[in-house]
Amino acid sequence: MAEFTLPKNSKIKAGKHFPAPEGATNVRSFRVYRWSPDDDKNPSTDVYDVDMDHCGPMVLDALIKIKNEIDPSLTFRRSCREGICGSCSMNIDGTNTLACTKAIDECGGGEVKIYPLPHMSVVKDLVPDMTHFYAQYASVEPWLKTKTPVSPAAERLQSKEDRDKLDGLYECILCACCSTSCPSYWWNSDKYLGPAILLQSYRWLADSRDEATGERLDELEDPFKLYRCHTIMNCTNTCPKGLNPGKAIGEIKKMIAERAL
Amino acid sequence: MSLRSPLSKAQGLGSAKHGFSHWWWQRVTAIALIPLTLWFVYSLVCLLGSDHAQLSQWLAQPINASLVLLFVLTALFHGQTGMQVVIEDYVHSTWLNLTLLLSIKFASVAMAVLAIISVLKVVLGG
Repeated sequence: MAEFTLPKNSKIKAGKHFPAPEGATNVRSFRVYRWSPDDDKNPSTDVYDVDMDHCGPMVLDALIKIKNEIDPSLTFRRSCREGICGSCSMNIDGTNTLACTKAIDECGGGEVKIYPLPHMSVVKDLVPDMTHFYAQYASVEPWLKTKTPVSPAAERLQSKEDRDKLDGLYECILCACCSTSCPSYWWNSDKYLGPAILLQSYRWLADSRDEATGERLDELEDPFKLYRCHTIMNCTNTCPKGLNPGKAIGEIKKMIAERAL
Repeated sequence: MSLRSPLSKAQGLGSAKHGFSHWWWQRVTAIALIPLTLWFVYSLVCLLGSDHAQLSQWLAQPINASLVLLFVLTALFHGQTGMQVVIEDYVHSTWLNLTLLLSIKFASVAMAVLAIISVLKVVLGG
């Protein structure tokens, strides 16, 4: 059932406040979600006042500065710091995005609010449990499937026009910003594949070299796996890479319609 | 604690291999309802102030009776498919889900039969 209130042990309490060092004149506050599996406490939001004269421009820079200089217990994922690994996806200023490509200046006035990706189990602080998301990705068998034998020394050729059809799809970094912004995914993620996995699935449906299109469509044609998408379009609005998962899902529905009509 | 692998949980019972026709007919009936609803609202406005005899006479015309039935039946079918989506989205308890799904199906069929009989009664001058 859809949940409209948080369970008692998930209600967010007020947390600690870490003031800026004395003499700092250019201060910005960051309100960050905290939860640890190591104690029985409810989640809280801690407020860190950061001296912006000694901080990089991105939200990830601020998080790293907080972890290095203010509170080493703050836990978050990060790796490439240039929007290609998808590790630092989180909810910043009310929108799912990558901390490394989100400029602090782009956040609205007042505190910058930072929460984990919505409606995911939290491992600790800003780290969500991605196990099911990755398993759903594996379930669509995201690799080239062929029947025509090709010598190991040869290539499977693709025209430039057909290669162009993968633009806007191959760039997906599986950060899960889109899927965790989707209300349908919030309510039915046990069965609904969600925008990220469906876009990845369409990446193989759109590949001229793939020879499993029919089987892939068979696997997707399901009231829950695919048709839970109600074109809400949060996915496309939030994608930090500027991709359009909503359109990719529409293309899958069109392919299924095309073979049925 | 479940020892099933994450992939096994994600795959669940596999694909139902249907869902297209539900999606398709929801859209077909939506398109059909645009002209039907416009006609129905226009007719109601024209019939404002009519007495029972005038209304019966209007409904007894074959074209009006047909369009009224098409409007009611299409609306019922469309409403039923839409309600099914809402229930599937939000109601996850198996028994409540099944009860609600059956209720809306039975209710819409019953209302369809009632509409057909009622219009026929007027048309056949019962």
